[in-house]
Amino acid sequence: MRFFFKTDYVQDIRLFRDKVDTFWYALLGLAVIALPLVLIALEEDYFIGEITWVFIYGICGLSLMVLVGFTGLVSLGHAAFLGIGAYAHAYFIQHGVPFSGAIVLAIIITTLAGILVGLPALRMTGIYLAIATLAFAIIIQEVFSRWESVTHGFAGMPVEKATVLGFSFEDDTAFYYLCLFFLVLALWLTKNLLRSPTGRAWIAIRDSEIAAQSMGVNLALYKTMAFAYSAGLMGMAGALFAHKIAYLAPDIFTVILSIQLLLLVIVGGLGSLHGAIFGAIFVALLPPTIAILRDYLPEAISRQPGLEAGIFGLILVLVILFEPLGIYGRWMKIKLYFSMFPMYKRATFKRQKSYMKSERLR
Amino acid sequence: MTFFKADGLAINFGGIKAVDGVTFEVKKGEIFTIIGPNGAGKTTIFNLVSRIYEASEGKLVFEDRDITRTPPHQIAKLGIARTFQNIELFEHATLLQNLLLARHAHKKSGFFGELLFTPGVRKMELEHREAVEKVIDFLDIQQYRDTYIVNLPYGVRKVTELARALCTDPKLLLLDEPSSGLNVEETADMAFWIQDIKNLLGVTVLMVEHDMSLVSAVSDRVLALNYGRMLAQGTAQEVQTHPEVVRAYLGG
Repeated sequence: MRFFFKTDYVQDIRLFRDKVDTFWYALLGLAVIALPLVLIALEEDYFIGEITWVFIYGICGLSLMVLVGFTGLVSLGHAAFLGIGAYAHAYFIQHGVPFSGAIVLAIIITTLAGILVGLPALRMTGIYLAIATLAFAIIIQEVFSRWESVTHGFAGMPVEKATVLGFSFEDDTAFYYLCLFFLVLALWLTKNLLRSPTGRAWIAIRDSEIAAQSMGVNLALYKTMAFAYSAGLMGMAGALFAHKIAYLAPDIFTVILSIQLLLLVIVGGLGSLHGAIFGAIFVALLPPTIAILRDYLPEAISRQPGLEAGIFGLILVLVILFEPLGIYGRWMKIKLYFSMFPMYKRATFKRQKSYMKSERLR
Repeated sequence: MTFFKADGLAINFGGIKAVDGVTFEVKKGEIFTIIGPNGAGKTTIFNLVSRIYEASEGKLVFEDRDITRTPPHQIAKLGIARTFQNIELFEHATLLQNLLLARHAHKKSGFFGELLFTPGVRKMELEHREAVEKVIDFLDIQQYRDTYIVNLPYGVRKVTELARALCTDPKLLLLDEPSSGLNVEETADMAFWIQDIKNLLGVTVLMVEHDMSLVSAVSDRVLALNYGRMLAQGTAQEVQTHPEVVRAYLGG
């Protein structure tokens, strides 16, 4: 068991808690950087592309985590922001804007879209907000298919590979590092917000709007900010998404994708940045895992249509039933088990069967 | 100078007059208590002062400034803080985070500075932390600093709410039933703290309370309400012996 001795206030606002944590995160960073080289050596290049999806979904996860996990506003329309980011980025790339300019413009446009959605959403919470964002997503999907001069409708829109400052990211391994860079950037920015007054105001709104207001938090402003920031991150993810998928069509950004993104944060664990990453690993790596398992399953099961969706749903039900804090909650328990070994008591977490409150006194 | 004044305050919910023409003045540096039976409109007055409810009639004045139409999130900045009858802490955050949030009214950093966590933001965070630590020492809750509120016992939560209100650096502190749910010993502690808040920190206290021993121990003046109307006003002794108050509330 490790004890954290605090001798300085700075210790509570550092990025990493102490030297031991810094060491482990540095090790994780090195492992992630070395991973493609190992995979190439093993001739398993296919997985480089799959893990790139983890990074892109990781940014999506952070986006929704800020909104759902930290501010307590549920959105069922985030695929629309992803789509706006992707189409905006692809459109600017097509019109000769370089990558860095296009991604910044894509982020600005999605942020503005986020503010627009956030404004009417100020008066709604819980299920009503979810329905409003759902309606927004459906409208935007319609826009994607009808606004042919920009999106090319159902004919689709090819997206060339990314080229940043003359350097081509055509290669899967190069694109892997590009996405990794943006994920780390998104993590850093989000962590910065969470350790400053804005992040605390979001958490306060989630747990008790009335108290947050009485402590001086402008509810309208901070809810709009949460929406705007969340949408902006989605725009960033969307730009990478466009390059990754290489061909944009309106039927990619469906309600199903929105729901999948929401599941990502719930399965990962609401209210933690770790949860967004765990959720991304789950969402991005489940389909290839199922594809591999198919070969070993009896034919009657493996050839069932909707196997993937079924397993997805089953896992979600099990998570909500047995681990409301998601994969991150389980991770904490495993960590505690080893750090307390052999003294761990099952009862340690017994009392904490409380769910994230999003609909308290208004 | 008027420190705090409610003038002809009234609010209707449909046909019910929850508060009806209540007028009182709180002087700087005193402890003013509102008593009355359930549903008398005590908490409604608090919600009117912290601007969660819109007054139908009447005026609220704080430090010569009319705050009847001030947006609720600016009340804290003016120097009015409150606690809640049914604890409204941020449950899935640590005690420290709860207290730091109370510094929100004093925040000077902008969104982009915080996004990059500039040295200026870092310095400001440390200043907030120092202010918060003073309150932690004052109320003796050092050991719970990093505990999540969900894991704290009720008595400590009650103290945490008081601490959070103090962290806003208030001039006027609204305490909504500070002793409800506390045992005898904790209530005695609360009485000491309320007196210390007045004497050491120089904060004026407006309080709603049912425990008459606490009321008479700390209050400078008491206002009794029933059905949203004023029954009596004066020292604790005077109000407690007022025949109307005895009939409507205290019994005897």
